Amino acid sequence: MDLQIALLLGQDGITNGAIYALLSLALVLVFAVTRVIFIPQGEFVAFGALTLASFQAGKTPGTLWLLIGAGVAVALIDLSVALRAGHVRRIPRIVAWNLVYPAAAAALIFLVKPNEMPLLAQIVLSLALVVPLGPLTYRLAYQPLAEASVLVLLIVSVAVHLALVGLGLLFFGAEGSRTPAFSDGSIVIGSLTVTGQTLWVLGASLMLIVVLAVFFERTIYGKALRATAMNRTGARLMGISTVMAGKLSFLLASLIGAFSGILIAPITTIYYDTGFLIGLKGFVGAIVGALSSYPLAAAGALLVGLLESYSSFWASAFKEVIVFTLIIPVLVWLSLTTRHVEEEE
Amino acid sequence: MMDAISPVLEVEDLCVSYGKVEALHHANIKVGAGQIVTVIGPNGAGKTTMLSAVMGLLPRSQGRIRFNGTDVGDAEVGVMVGYGVTLVPESRALFAEMSVEDNLLLGAFNRYRAGNRDQEQTKDEVFGIFPRLKERRNQYAGTLSGGERQMLALARALMAKPKVLMLDEPSLGLAPLIVREIFRVISSLKDTGVGILLVEQNARAALQVADYAYVLETGEIALEGLSKRLIDDPKVVESYLGLGGKQ
Repeated sequence: MDLQIALLLGQDGITNGAIYALLSLALVLVFAVTRVIFIPQGEFVAFGALTLASFQAGKTPGTLWLLIGAGVAVALIDLSVALRAGHVRRIPRIVAWNLVYPAAAAALIFLVKPNEMPLLAQIVLSLALVVPLGPLTYRLAYQPLAEASVLVLLIVSVAVHLALVGLGLLFFGAEGSRTPAFSDGSIVIGSLTVTGQTLWVLGASLMLIVVLAVFFERTIYGKALRATAMNRTGARLMGISTVMAGKLSFLLASLIGAFSGILIAPITTIYYDTGFLIGLKGFVGAIVGALSSYPLAAAGALLVGLLESYSSFWASAFKEVIVFTLIIPVLVWLSLTTRHVEEEE
Repeated sequence: MMDAISPVLEVEDLCVSYGKVEALHHANIKVGAGQIVTVIGPNGAGKTTMLSAVMGLLPRSQGRIRFNGTDVGDAEVGVMVGYGVTLVPESRALFAEMSVEDNLLLGAFNRYRAGNRDQEQTKDEVFGIFPRLKERRNQYAGTLSGGERQMLALARALMAKPKVLMLDEPSLGLAPLIVREIFRVISSLKDTGVGILLVEQNARAALQVADYAYVLETGEIALEGLSKRLIDDPKVVESYLGLGGKQ
């Protein structure tokens, strides 16, 4: 291997690592706030990329129907709960978010021609369809079991993952899609050519990380999420509802997932089930951070990206094996160094 | 005497069960605005259970809670916070890896959500009561001493501008000097009009600061009366104040 190849592999590794880092942050966030190991994270990556690809192909993405269906389901549940408890004041809100919003999104998509719109508008539209699926998923699958053990929540995650992969196949077919790059140009640094999309991925990931950091450090809602992660009872006593914190963390996770998918769609072909592997690599990063430290998780995810890229050169058949084996020494280290904490009831 | 002030919090006939075991039988308690009411009793008598049930952290199997005369139904903790009921639990439940200031800010979370933006002013008032916390404002809550943590827990509760403040064992594990300081603050809060429900094992300190007292034994209210009367009651002296007599 000469320097040229090493730099090229490094560039690939960092680009993928940046995406894994975003996903690992989302996984740490969701776990810290809700104790859910969010396996379906990867499906949001695929949904984001494939929804954008559908728009560009002039098709109506199936995620629109999922949004409408999930919205109706949540509206029915929440309305019956609200009516039984006599909370009439909550009804307008429930109707607005779960029925009016998906209907408005559908109307907009049928009125405008998304395939003729500029890329930025297509991206916004894709996010508008996919991101609300996060909180809707939380409401349908996890909220009724919020007090269950980590293991039960993990099993639910596997089920949600399988359901969403199936829906992905139904919506987008078995064919993969790739979207055009955000911009064409590239920069030459010495002997290394950096493509425009690489810069987009790195820049956008970095920006999103900064935005998240500001959200958690400076805003009261970000602090409320951290508070819920630190002391659930304490947070509830301040009026921070566990349900609100759960929905907010799922909203951020689906935003991060869908946005990551849109970023990498021009680099890799995305299939309906590609998200799972990408999400798992984010998960390896999150494990390096012991599912609790954001900086360590991001660093771990970058390491995963680099390891993957270099091992694809030396031992490409064992690429995934090498990456996922990373989890073993980390787990051994964690189990030797951390005090075992009984799961709180 | 109790009926002179219309109570802000009324607990009527409250029962709480853990499975088949009933931890609280038909408890009746009233707290008036600007009044300190204490519930004393031995370990395991159901004091914490009662506070948790009033707060909506535990389901109530029977009975009624009224806030300012309105039945709150089966309101859970978020709704109770909305009414202006705040609980400082025995564990303090601080946010350890957050600064003192952020802990205080989150104490006002519910008011912030309701559209109030007077957090800075409330914080200054709270710092006025606890100058020590002002010095430590940028320190993580987890690095504070036991006494400072209790002060922060109390200060954070005050950030919510509660109408009813429920304190679970505020003196637990604290040095006598700090206990005195905490009780001085509690008794000074009376003037702000907040109704205080104080649960304590330190019966002497509680009776000295309270207006009215209940004695809870194995889930039932065994005795109630004006604090100054109970403090001389032979049964109370024997069971809870020990042989040391008045200090």
